[in-house]
Amino acid sequence: MKAVITVIGKDRTGIIYNISKVLYEHNVNIEDLNQTIMQENFTMLMLVNCAMMECSFEELKAALSTAGENMGLSVRLQREDIFDAMHKV
Amino acid sequence: MSLVKKDILETIAMIEKDNLDIRTTTMGISLLDCISHNPVITAERVYDKITKKACHLVKVADDIGKEFGIPIINKRISVTPIALIGSGADKDDFIELAVALDRAAEEMGVDFIGGYSALVHKGFTNNDIAFMNSIPQALAETKKVCSSVNVGSTKSGINMDAVGMLGTIIKEIAFLTKEMDSIGCAKFVVFANAVEDNPFMAGAFHGVGEPEAVINVGVSGPGVVKSALEKVKGCPIDVVSETIKRTAFKITRAGMLVGSEMSKRVNVPFGIMDLSLAPTPKVGDSVAEILEIIGLEKCGTHGTTAALALLNDAVKKGGIMASSHVGGLSGAFIPVSEDAGMIDAVINGALTFDKLEAMTSVCSVGIDMVAIAGDVPDSTIAAIIADEAAIGVINNKTTAVRIIPSYGKNVGDVVNFGGLLGSAPIMAISEYSSEEFIQRGGRIPAPVHSFKN
Repeated sequence: MKAVITVIGKDRTGIIYNISKVLYEHNVNIEDLNQTIMQENFTMLMLVNCAMMECSFEELKAALSTAGENMGLSVRLQREDIFDAMHKV
Repeated sequence: MSLVKKDILETIAMIEKDNLDIRTTTMGISLLDCISHNPVITAERVYDKITKKACHLVKVADDIGKEFGIPIINKRISVTPIALIGSGADKDDFIELAVALDRAAEEMGVDFIGGYSALVHKGFTNNDIAFMNSIPQALAETKKVCSSVNVGSTKSGINMDAVGMLGTIIKEIAFLTKEMDSIGCAKFVVFANAVEDNPFMAGAFHGVGEPEAVINVGVSGPGVVKSALEKVKGCPIDVVSETIKRTAFKITRAGMLVGSEMSKRVNVPFGIMDLSLAPTPKVGDSVAEILEIIGLEKCGTHGTTAALALLNDAVKKGGIMASSHVGGLSGAFIPVSEDAGMIDAVINGALTFDKLEAMTSVCSVGIDMVAIAGDVPDSTIAAIIADEAAIGVINNKTTAVRIIPSYGKNVGDVVNFGGLLGSAPIMAISEYSSEEFIQRGGRIPAPVHSFKN
């Protein structure tokens, strides 16, 4: 299963490091990554593959959310299908 | 990235800012195989079947909501109309069946269970009469049970004996739940042309033409439509229609995905998507506000019916393209108490009862969550039902009445139901009598289907 991670908040050092650390610890592979500063907000989108994931989806979601909170950022994890369904005919 | 960044951020904004949600996932369950000669055995079978079929419903819905990052607000169950199940039951037996439904709903952790219903559009069976007489007490004694009665259809006309009875029944429900602003009436709806696969309450039931069990999904998102229309201010009305269609498409696709995933995990076939704009009392989640964005100073002014007709039609067009199985009520709901913009329009005198009735000829359902004075005669409530049923029967659409004659309240008062049911200012209605009309009883014949003008 593939999922999209969205990180939004104030830019700072270590964002990619801390998020990818959580992914590494749970054996989740990053397939694509895109980051920009939009209206002073750091916005990062990651496409990850959860096929080899060593925890439940909910646990990964909680771990990412905690990592985000520690940096003052909002981090979301959603299955990729929702975006495909809504935006592709 | 295979996904477009703009699309990802748009979806997130829809959910977080504009209150996009899956309003309900409703499991329809047939109870036809629970019928027995003994009402006590029937009640046991009903409880057992529901708790067996729906045991994973809430957990699965919560899991899917978390995975897709889209909230699934309500988890519900609908069942075969109970008047058909209680073979040979008397009033007290039916109340026992309502209690069994309530226990099952409580056990499963669902928000509501619908289907305490009867279909009497052409006449009553003996069971139907016993059932209808049980409705007030059944609603007063249960928490999660929702009830409905279908009194008319385009094919058969309107059962005016049932309409007359229901005026009295609604007053009785109001009286028995008077300690809570007559909230029992919020769990009861009278239909014409009721649909068999509606996932929304209070009118959900699992029709006799439906399979053993089914998953129906109702999407929502007035806030999302409003937000999209804010970007096309001043554009011609065709652009408004196109924008609503595109937005409805996206919302429906989200619902479709949730529905098919639900169906797979609970191992029950997917039934239909109900593409309804269902408002909540939250500001920004209102159908009235959409009408105002289209260009009306206040919902209820001249032009409201036209704007609502456009909205209702465009929602259907966008949604139908997004789902292979569309059903339920599909369109725009216009409940008063559940919509901040509608409440505001009533308080400001912009929206009257009569205009609301006109709006129901083009909305997806009918007179919904309207509070009136508690001392309104039974026959006046029956006449309101007859008017609404006539709009549905003649125009070949579903119409409904969910009205609350709030005990001890008068025009100028406000009743508070709390939660998604919201609050409602008591609306003024005609003071002239309809008594003789209702006393006649009988059946309004089915309308002619040609010579339309």
